[in-house]
Amino acid sequence: MVTFIVSQFKIVVRVVILFSILTGIIYPFVITGIAQLLFPWRSNGSMITHQGKPIGSLLIGQYFTQDKYFWGRPSATSRFPYDSEYSSGSNLALTNPLQIQHVKTQVDHWKASNPEQNGLIPMDLVTASASGLDPEISPAGAYYQVSRIAKARKLSETEVNNLIQRLRKKRTFLIFGEPRINVFELNLLLEHLNSKTE
Amino acid sequence: MAVKSRSLWDKKIFRIALRDAFLKLSPLNQIRNPVMFTVYIASLMTSWLFLRAITGRAEAPPDFILLISLWLWFTLLFANFAEAMAEGRGKAQAQELRKSRHEVTAKKLSKPSRDAKITKVMSEELRIGDFVLVEAGDIIPCDGEIIEGIVSVNESAVTGESAPVIRESGGDRSAVTGGTLVISDWLIMRITADPGHTFLDKMISLVEGAKRQKTPNELALTILLSGLTIVFLLVCSTMVAFSFYSVSANGSGQVISLTVVIALFVCLAPTTIGGLLSAIGIAGMDRMIQANVIAQSGRAVEAAGDIDTLILDKTGTITLGNRQATEFVPAENITVEALADAAQLSSLADETPEGRSIVILAKEKYGLRGRNISSIGATFIPFTAQTRMSGANLPGRQIRKGAAEAIESYINEQGGTFPLYVKSIVDSIASRGGTPLVVAEGNKVLGVICLKDIVKGGIAERFSELRKMGIRTIMVTGDNPKTAAAIAAEARVDDFLANATPENKLVLIRRLQSEGRLVAMTGDGTNDAPALAQADVAVAMNTGTQAAKEAGNLVDLDSNPTKLIEVVEIGKQLLMTRGALTTFSIANDIAKYFAILPAAFASTYPSLNALNIMHLSTERNAILSAVIFNALIIVFLIPLALKGVKYHRVSASKLLRNNVLIYGFGGLVIPFLGIKLIDLVLFSIGLN
Amino acid sequence: MKALDCVQIIFYLTVVLALVKPLGWYMARVYEGQSCGLDYFLGPLERFIYRCCGVSSTEQMSWKKYLSALLLSNLFGILALYTLQRLQIYLPLNPQSFQNISSNLAFNTAVSFTTNTNWQAYSGESSLSYLTQMLGMTVQNFLSAATGMSLLAALIRGIVRFDTDRLGNFWMDLTRSILYILLPLSIILSIALASQGVIQNFKPYQSASLIDPIVLENKTVTTQKIPMGPVASQVAIKQLGSNGGGYFNVNSAHPFENPTPLSNFLEIIAILLIPASLCYTFGVMVGDKRQGWAILLAMLMLFLPLAGISLYSENQSHAEYTQLGIESSGSLEGKETRIGISNSAFWSAATTATSNGSVNSMHDSFTPLGTFVPILLMHFGEVIFGGVGSGLYGMLMMIIIAVFVAGLLVGRTPEYLGKKIEPYEMKMATVAVLVMPLTVLISTAVSVIYSEGVHAVGNPGAHGFSEILYAWSSMGNNNGSSMAGLNANNPFYTTMGGIIMLIGRYWIAIPALAIAGSLVKKKKIPTSAGTLLTHTPLFMFLLVSVMFILGALSFFPALALGPIVEQLNLWGFHGR
Repeated sequence: MVTFIVSQFKIVVRVVILFSILTGIIYPFVITGIAQLLFPWRSNGSMITHQGKPIGSLLIGQYFTQDKYFWGRPSATSRFPYDSEYSSGSNLALTNPLQIQHVKTQVDHWKASNPEQNGLIPMDLVTASASGLDPEISPAGAYYQVSRIAKARKLSETEVNNLIQRLRKKRTFLIFGEPRINVFELNLLLEHLNSKTE
Repeated sequence: MAVKSRSLWDKKIFRIALRDAFLKLSPLNQIRNPVMFTVYIASLMTSWLFLRAITGRAEAPPDFILLISLWLWFTLLFANFAEAMAEGRGKAQAQELRKSRHEVTAKKLSKPSRDAKITKVMSEELRIGDFVLVEAGDIIPCDGEIIEGIVSVNESAVTGESAPVIRESGGDRSAVTGGTLVISDWLIMRITADPGHTFLDKMISLVEGAKRQKTPNELALTILLSGLTIVFLLVCSTMVAFSFYSVSANGSGQVISLTVVIALFVCLAPTTIGGLLSAIGIAGMDRMIQANVIAQSGRAVEAAGDIDTLILDKTGTITLGNRQATEFVPAENITVEALADAAQLSSLADETPEGRSIVILAKEKYGLRGRNISSIGATFIPFTAQTRMSGANLPGRQIRKGAAEAIESYINEQGGTFPLYVKSIVDSIASRGGTPLVVAEGNKVLGVICLKDIVKGGIAERFSELRKMGIRTIMVTGDNPKTAAAIAAEARVDDFLANATPENKLVLIRRLQSEGRLVAMTGDGTNDAPALAQADVAVAMNTGTQAAKEAGNLVDLDSNPTKLIEVVEIGKQLLMTRGALTTFSIANDIAKYFAILPAAFASTYPSLNALNIMHLSTERNAILSAVIFNALIIVFLIPLALKGVKYHRVSASKLLRNNVLIYGFGGLVIPFLGIKLIDLVLFSIGLN
Repeated sequence: MKALDCVQIIFYLTVVLALVKPLGWYMARVYEGQSCGLDYFLGPLERFIYRCCGVSSTEQMSWKKYLSALLLSNLFGILALYTLQRLQIYLPLNPQSFQNISSNLAFNTAVSFTTNTNWQAYSGESSLSYLTQMLGMTVQNFLSAATGMSLLAALIRGIVRFDTDRLGNFWMDLTRSILYILLPLSIILSIALASQGVIQNFKPYQSASLIDPIVLENKTVTTQKIPMGPVASQVAIKQLGSNGGGYFNVNSAHPFENPTPLSNFLEIIAILLIPASLCYTFGVMVGDKRQGWAILLAMLMLFLPLAGISLYSENQSHAEYTQLGIESSGSLEGKETRIGISNSAFWSAATTATSNGSVNSMHDSFTPLGTFVPILLMHFGEVIFGGVGSGLYGMLMMIIIAVFVAGLLVGRTPEYLGKKIEPYEMKMATVAVLVMPLTVLISTAVSVIYSEGVHAVGNPGAHGFSEILYAWSSMGNNNGSSMAGLNANNPFYTTMGGIIMLIGRYWIAIPALAIAGSLVKKKKIPTSAGTLLTHTPLFMFLLVSVMFILGALSFFPALALGPIVEQLNLWGFHGR
């Protein structure tokens, strides 16, 4: 048995090294090659550039605070909201008084910033996402903000509504996931819309 | 051993068991059963907690601790009582066996001869290899083998059967058992067992359960139960930490008391099966003894439940002992009456069973009354090895009967011819499994008597039940393959071995075992010994030779070859009883959780009372009810443990379904009812 | 819960079940050493590996040899991963110049990945270099998964073979698992994921200038640093190999790990695929496919109702929210918009039924019942699907105990697939099954009274208790998911966690292999009417009961003080 174990030592070292090369070097590099070839934009982070400089990723949410932008969901990332170096959720429990307090603060904030709205607030607008980087909100969450944005941008509500209509994503193949809308994409179009009208 | 069926609650046994239950509280005895040992520790701990409580350091109300402590002790006592009851039944039997093991004076011979010098010695002083003379009226001093003589022996001391049996030197009936009584004639025997190691001694120690070793399955079960006990021990001890955290996190209530933790532990630990486990094992051996079978070890009893192939001797087991005449088939131009008449005449004085059956057939079928052989002037010609015929000589008539070849040569000698037609009858009878016996008068063949093995009534049904249980039957016979096949078909055995010899019997067993089968067989002769030793379960007939008895792992005192089937069932019953009580015991835990958990944490989390689905009256009563139920259920299950779960001859799947339904679901539901009932009683007598 | 949610879940299950047969059959061919279609391409590579490593393809190992090879390879894996983390600053492919990992955390992570647990007390995007992620995490994802699958193959051979002591060759099983099963599937999945937007590059983190800068109290944030890296290749094997260790801190909730509903679908399928298919592989290898289907059905018997409870509970609206004027049907706290409530709930059940442990939502923010389901699923011992290989060999331990009880109930020495179950097997199966409750209970108990254990808690009351219970259930069962409010990056949790993960892995693996070694020597008993059938609904029911009693029952008090009481309080029970 002892001689067997000694003989296995030689094998184990070589096996680990060989598989490290195969699955740790060759495999990721081959996949990178294929992905860069087939989906160059996506595999590099779905980045949006403006005048050659990246201004964000379509998949990573950003923190919008000005009235003229659509706002995303609350984010619980540590240093500041939507800090993409430290993805994180709030991890607050439903039964934690702090959670109710947070949500209440959010509700007050949304109500105060959107005085025209007196209906129910969509759930996604007042709860922190899992990653803290959720790029999307529900279509209802977008519609909730229409009046504010239209006012701030001096657009008609129909124009903003049309924008939402254009960008809202249905369920994939009609069954997968949830209907949703990308906040960053909305805001980019808004800027574009404004620059066109100006 | 006079085996009476003992009532379950024999008063005397009951009294002794009651006393033993207390004696068994010694730690030395308790430590042998790991599950119950933890209960033992738990009882000691609660007693200590009670003592602390009454000296002013109460962690819970003293009366509550006292009640819990008392019921834990009861739990132990009940388990001890169950074991004592099982042992008591064995002990009572051993007592009777001992009566027959009195010290006797033996006539020791200097050499194995009737006229050798006799020295009188006490039976205790006899050693293997000594020669002893035993005469009518003497008690056989020790186990041994007859070297010379033929005697009738009363073996009721061992078998409970008082009809004397014949024992003779040589052959398969040469073994005698110490403690039995010689009724007639004399014998010279060689001692084959030292005192203290005789068959009777072995029986006594087996019955008493003194040398009971754990069987493999029992061992495996003990491992599982010990594992569960350890887990539940941890479940309960970690609860203290959990409760501590919950109290500080929630800011209300008290940390769960040690008494409650101990109570929960004893309820969760598999005490029901743990407490009854040894009783079940002892009771299993006891049931074998009730069936007049002595198991050399508990392992043999268990193995009996596992066997899947039975090897049975044809004669005596599958068929009635002897062939019988079933039909007269006349030759051409002969009436059947004439044949019957001749056949009867030739057999009137024939005292063999075959001969008698011919007379009976002639009488029943053709109304021929028995005649006195001398009054008709007949002389009987007995069967000899040379002629291979028997018959009768009457004035003017010479009637012979015998095997076809013998009669053919006889007819040829007489100048007659053996008709082809008769030959074809002979062949057709043989092919149907019968034995043809040709009858001739003078040089004329009258016809053929068909002798047949009669398959025992109901045996085919029994085999089909065995098949349902998954047990194959193989018939072993010295007959030729043709005859064997016919009988095998009639008895509906699964397979047969014809032209059997001890050697090919052994080969058969080895072949079956190499296929992974577990083989059981019965045997009595010395030449059976190798096969018996090879078989997984071997039942030796008590009438058999010493060699056979040594080779077998079970000895059937009734010497009944069909006993094997009963043995299998007892083996299965033993395992099933363990399985049933294990299932029941573990299924009980769910109800106990629902009784104790809400009560244990109520002070911290009142909302947990939603789990109090039995609506038990108070927290104390809830815990107490569970503990009391846990103790009482042992008592209620003692009869089941001792009698065993009823075994039905059905397939494994059906059996499993029934038992899961009864003991699984029963085990789930009964404690809910029982605990609620006890709670109602406690509440109504105001123990809250 | 919307009808469409049900359609999605049913569709997931249908796809998995449809793949079980072809993949199960294929894997059986791989472990039986028969041609399986890919040998034309991979055969030369396989032989090259054997030649390079000095593996003799004719050598068959006894269980002790198989075990020592297995343990040796894992030990070496732990050392390699530990070293890599401790030296990453000196090694290439570290564009963010991440510092070396502390010794406690490196030990915890090394054990975590080699035991297929993938418990993560670190945050990937802010502490590990690309090289560590690839050469460390990705490699161990392959090796630990292949280890589990190899052990299963050895155990199955123990049942199938007789009158020998040879269980196969560990190095060949390991190589074939990776080469023929894990690698091809990972390549397919990682490309599919990349098409959805999962990143795969070696660029340094990208700085994006914000169009709406964030004004904080003392400064203004104008850029967002977007992490990069070879993610798709690692996510693919993490899901397929039931590893679950995310590239990023929030695992598959991160938009770069799981960007679309379609990627979510693919990853859910990947979680369940191999563990479910191995049941069929088992059936094929033992020569009775019904046995495999029976095990799979028994798993589903527990999985489906529990997943149902989770879906139901997460979709309930909460009075606390509706009172505030929120349109509430369930909470989206800790859930992503694109994934939604039902997909988060179903994933939480799938990832804990298997010992995957990846998350697409934050379990800590689930309803109490929603946390109860994952914890309970882990308490079954990670045998409902379980880890790749490890789930089924764990399940076989449960089956041995179920067969034993059933055997007693029908009055026959128990046997499974023709092999007698005797005291030795029972001893080993008991150890394998009972060690988990012991480690989880003890470590939870220590944590709830030890100050470092208690201070790590992120939520008050019973929920905090659930966090600790979840953590140890996860580590003790080699799952790896967590209620992330618990701050487990402290010496107490990392050190003790490492030890618990080691016990949780090897105290089941070693007895399982010992049983294989004992069974393989036995004769095969032919079946008869007296044989207990192990593919019937009745036996499946009995098996489920045994799992319930051995797993869930031991944790009833703990569950009562955690999620159960929390839920009862939420429902407004107030006792008498």
